Amino acid sequence: MGATDKLLAQSLDPALLDQWFDQRFEAKMAEREAAHVPSLAIIATKGTMDWAYPPFILASTAGALGWDVSVFFTFYGLELLKKDLHLEISPLGNPSMPMKMPFGPQWLKDINWKVPNVVMAGIPGFEKMATGLMEQTVKNKGVASIDELRSACLEADAKLFACQMTVDLFGYSQDEFIPEIAGWIGAASFLPQAQKSDVCLFI
Amino acid sequence: MSTTATQTLDARGMNCPLPILRTKKALTGLAKGDTLAVVSTDPGSLKDMQAFCKQTGNELVASSANQGEFEFLIRKN
Repeated sequence: MGATDKLLAQSLDPALLDQWFDQRFEAKMAEREAAHVPSLAIIATKGTMDWAYPPFILASTAGALGWDVSVFFTFYGLELLKKDLHLEISPLGNPSMPMKMPFGPQWLKDINWKVPNVVMAGIPGFEKMATGLMEQTVKNKGVASIDELRSACLEADAKLFACQMTVDLFGYSQDEFIPEIAGWIGAASFLPQAQKSDVCLFI
Repeated sequence: MSTTATQTLDARGMNCPLPILRTKKALTGLAKGDTLAVVSTDPGSLKDMQAFCKQTGNELVASSANQGEFEFLIRKN
């Protein structure tokens, strides 16, 4: 016990002191909580059209909620930061993906086309077709495009980081990517940010 | 309701998270105490708008649903 503490303890009722401390502590904690800006850190690792949605939807929404957002794009996720987005979708080996027509009468739209993998794999251009149909479905349903969501992230000051190692690994050059990239970094730089975040997701 | 609001936002036909993103954008351009009327068709926006207002400290003055359309009145704080 320090000298000041001893003096305080002698002149004050310890029970009162405890009570005072508890109240101050509560008040300070509440103050701190109110001033706290929540933060989200996402590690985006996939570069197909379907997997592009979760990181951009979550990041743009968190931005709209006033959170601090940072996303680390690594491996195939780097594709999502290209200037020209050519994201495709593959129904091959993805039994959860409904295959429905975005055109025609309702009865036709309602049919879920169960195309066997072996057929999908054998038809040239099947993925291009599936991508086209998905883009149409997205448009029909009023879902934002990836480009639009990415812009919303940038407007909300979300920090989009690119993995430098992946750039080297896949032989990309930095000018293939959007100029708004917050940094070309590695795992060692992103992890300390992720550590301090309230929500951290690997997608 | 929309006649009394400072600004109105038509988010009909938009899906999650667009109504929230557009609402946020519209609120940015308003002054404190101004009101924004939003109309949407996304059923998820009913809960989302409540959560959005609570999180951002804006006041959800009113919200109503009729015939697949949702109306919200938000006061900027």
